[in-house]
Order: sequence, then C-alpha cells, then structure tokens
Amino acid sequence: MADNRPLSPHLGIYRWQITMTMSILHRATGVALAVGSLMLVWWLVAAGMGPDAYGTAHAFLSSWLGQLLLIGWTFSLFYHLCNGIRHLAWDAGWGFEIKTLYITGYTVWVVAILLTAGTLWVAYTGGAA
Amino acid sequence: MSFRTPLSQVTGSGSAKSGTAHWWGQRVSALGLIPLSLWFAGSVLQLSRADYITVIVWLHTPWVAVLLSLFLVTLLYHAYLGVQVVIEDYVHTEWLKFTSLLLIKFACILLGAAGVFTALRIAFGA
Repeated sequence: MADNRPLSPHLGIYRWQITMTMSILHRATGVALAVGSLMLVWWLVAAGMGPDAYGTAHAFLSSWLGQLLLIGWTFSLFYHLCNGIRHLAWDAGWGFEIKTLYITGYTVWVVAILLTAGTLWVAYTGGAA
Repeated sequence: MSFRTPLSQVTGSGSAKSGTAHWWGQRVSALGLIPLSLWFAGSVLQLSRADYITVIVWLHTPWVAVLLSLFLVTLLYHAYLGVQVVIEDYVHTEWLKFTSLLLIKFACILLGAAGVFTALRIAFGA
C-alpha cells in the first residue's frame, strides 16, 4: 500500500459529541456482555453439577469482584438493550434527524440508568420500601 | 435487467461474498433477545437470594428450560456476530484475525452446547 494516499479524517479531528461516546459504549457493553455469557454458562453448569459446584460459583458471585461484575453486566445489559432498540429504529429508517438523535440518545441514558438502579434496589433490598 | 451472473444471483452474495446474511442475523437475534434477556434478567433478579434447591426447582420448570435454551443460543449467536465484527475491525494481522475468529466461534458453540445440555438435563430431572 502506498503511504501517501489521501485518507478520510479520523477520530482525533472531530469535536467530542455524546453520540460518539454512545456509539463506542454500545460496542464496549456488547463485548462485556459476551464475556458475561461465560459467567452465565459457568453458573448454569455449576447448578447442573450439584450443590458443591454451585456453592463455588455462588461464592464467587457474592464476592466483591463478583458483585462488581454483576453491577457492570446489569448496566451493560440495559444500556445495550436500550441503545440496541435505538439501532433497530435507525435500521427501519427512523430517527436520523439531529434533534431526534439527541432525544433518543439521552432517553437511552435515562432509561438504562433507571432500570439499573431499580434492579440493584430490588437485588440489595429485596424490593421492600 | 440484471448484469449479475446466474451463479452470483443464486448465491446471493455481494462483493464481500457474504451478502446481507450477517446483518440480518444480527438484527433478528437482537429482536429475539429483547423479550428473552428481559425475562432472564427478571428471573435471576427474583433468584438473587435463592438457595440451591430453589434454583434447581426453577430450572426444572419445562418452559424455563425452553426459554433458557432459546436465550442461550440466541445470545451466543448474537455475541459471536458482534465480536466477529469487533475482531475484523481491530485485528489486522491475518493469522491472528483468522485464529481469534475461529477460537471465538468454537468458544460460543461450546458454551451453547454446555448450557443447553445442562438446561435440558436439569429439566429432565437428572
């Protein structure tokens, strides 16, 4: 490849916008959730193997590292889910106007954070007021 | 009239030789994962304080085995399609790209097989 070909402008040239953060975060949360499928299958297979194996998996999930991972996966799931619906709307040809783009973008943040907070609230308090 | 060769029309592939199958697969699995992932998240949330027996009783329910198997297969298929694009975007060394794509594919199939087998084995009462 010749080194002096003209190139399209790369990331560093653009002013920061929330939309670009949301785009890369969609990918990052997707990869995080793919890694989380390892944990999911470990948990399930451990349950199939018996109380001892399940106890080991459960102890890991109850540790501070396990809890941190679960909180991360909870947010990743809700973010990827909400932003994924936004992506599907784009695929259907809807929501490309700049104004709509920002409205749906901020909506994704609000809904994902609310769902994460609600889930953590139920998980840590049992849902009691 | 189309200028495409009869062979090209039959295979339905574009210049990348894969057509739109990857794009559609990712969207359709995404659509399926909306209800399935919400169901799974809600279920494990209810099980978050449950003991081993409660979890097994839950896994023993027939429709749980069906939904859990569907969730695992759809999730791992969607995850593979997604991670595949990430690798293709960022890994430019040919042998490394090829090896990681194969490893990810095998890993997803292994996880899916182990997960579905376990779900069915518990459901059938072993």
